[in-house]
Amino acid sequence: MSAVLRELSDMWVLATRSVKRIARQPDLLVGYTVQPLMFVLLFVYVFGGAISTPVRYVNYLIPGIVVQSITFGGFVTALGLADDLKKGLMDRFRSLPMSRSAVVTGRTFADISTNMIQLVVMLGVGLAVGFRFQTGIPTILGGIALVLLIGYAFSWVFAFVGLAASSPEAANAYGFTILFPLTFVSSAFVPVVSMPSWLQPVARHNPFTTMVNAIRGLFIDTPAGNDVWLAALWSIGIAVVFGALAIWRYRRVVAH
Amino acid sequence: MLGLLGPNGAGKTTAVRILTTLLKPDAGSARVAGFDVLREPARVREQIGLAGQYAAVDENLNGAENLEMVGRLYHLGRRASRRRAAELLEDFDLADAGRRLVRTYSGGMRRRLDLAAALVARPPLLFLDEPTTGLDLRSRIALWDSLDALVTGGTTVLLTTQYLDEADRLAHRIAVVDHGVVIAEGSSDELKRRVGGDRLEIRVADRAVTGAAAQALATLGDGAPAVNDGLVSVPVSDGDAIAEAVRVLDRAGIAIGDIATRRPTLDDVFLELTGRAAADAAEEPA
Repeated sequence: MSAVLRELSDMWVLATRSVKRIARQPDLLVGYTVQPLMFVLLFVYVFGGAISTPVRYVNYLIPGIVVQSITFGGFVTALGLADDLKKGLMDRFRSLPMSRSAVVTGRTFADISTNMIQLVVMLGVGLAVGFRFQTGIPTILGGIALVLLIGYAFSWVFAFVGLAASSPEAANAYGFTILFPLTFVSSAFVPVVSMPSWLQPVARHNPFTTMVNAIRGLFIDTPAGNDVWLAALWSIGIAVVFGALAIWRYRRVVAH
Repeated sequence: MLGLLGPNGAGKTTAVRILTTLLKPDAGSARVAGFDVLREPARVREQIGLAGQYAAVDENLNGAENLEMVGRLYHLGRRASRRRAAELLEDFDLADAGRRLVRTYSGGMRRRLDLAAALVARPPLLFLDEPTTGLDLRSRIALWDSLDALVTGGTTVLLTTQYLDEADRLAHRIAVVDHGVVIAEGSSDELKRRVGGDRLEIRVADRAVTGAAAQALATLGDGAPAVNDGLVSVPVSDGDAIAEAVRVLDRAGIAIGDIATRRPTLDDVFLELTGRAAADAAEEPA
């Protein structure tokens, strides 16, 4: 087998393993779809009335919440990697004549499938509470592809966090502490212009705002300018930087 | 089979981790199966199997899936991996549990599965880092039997353990390690010989005559009897020493409380080599 084929085969074997884990621990999947659902209901029915947006609030909210929940999708990777380190499984992988990066690439690859499940649930619920796409099918599909790309990029952030944290619990805490403010100080839930003037530049330059605006443009036809391309570039940049960091971390990580 | 014996913190695991390419040594070099661990780690990994201190198996897969995954990662191919997994489950008495998730397995079953995973590619060289730590006696003995069979089948095994009886029972050669240095090496018998041969130990019924008993036995053994806390200990080499001692003490009118010949254990070896018992050494902070 050539080196590239081996690499792909190793990645596939480990991705399959991660996907199986989801089916075996359905509570994980529940946790990870129920929380965004709660957010949808909270924002649509509780806060929504108090937030004024240029379009119907539910249409404004759903693209934002879809992007927010997809960025957290990668936490399965952080938990999984931290768990493998703790349980000594990483030692087994590292003693096998396999690709050294496949342990991480397999995980992030597997996240794409769980992110898809999550996306279907989110959009389903969105449609149920009144969300309506305002663009044609090709544009919507482009938006879905971009959402998945964003999710994949953040899987690498979580991969790095999982390998850098001392335990699965710590990985979870780090991931949420870093990403939560990032996703809230953005245009995901409220228009940036409604924020205090000192916070507006932060929110406007937040890559997360770019990503949400891009998806909004692709889903409900709001003006997105260059945001679609910028969002794609940001995602690729995040994937490359955190991918390098995660693999560097994986190579030097020494369990126990 | 080489046994690496030493207390916690002696450097056994570090040695295994270096030899299995998990850890880079600060200095020096090592060759495993003819390959340099630093320059040819990939070649080394093709020759070895590793079972560490933790049962390194995926709890969310079943037994068969765990072994198949390892087979695939050794690039055995899908069908060969599946066949090998079935074989190993049979060998390690896990065939019935093969379709059950590993998180329902007992500690002993996990260890057996872990060992099976280390054997998937039939590596000529097997590293076992404290494979029986935390197992009950029955599981330990079962694992020992599996290891015996492997070694008979031609596998070379490096085993680390802090259990003296385990090294004694399994290893052909034993290296005693303390503070990162091998302080003695040899077969179990050779090591025992270093601390002297058999000893005859006698406890007399009436403690007041312990001294007299020692005197009466002065010419019996290979050396002078030692008296310690009412126990007379005489180095002997003659198999008839017990009968002779009974006659001598009987003639002297001294009643015997307890009498036995004692072979030195690896505990004695450790005590002799390090000046402290293995258990004390294990309690030292690492």
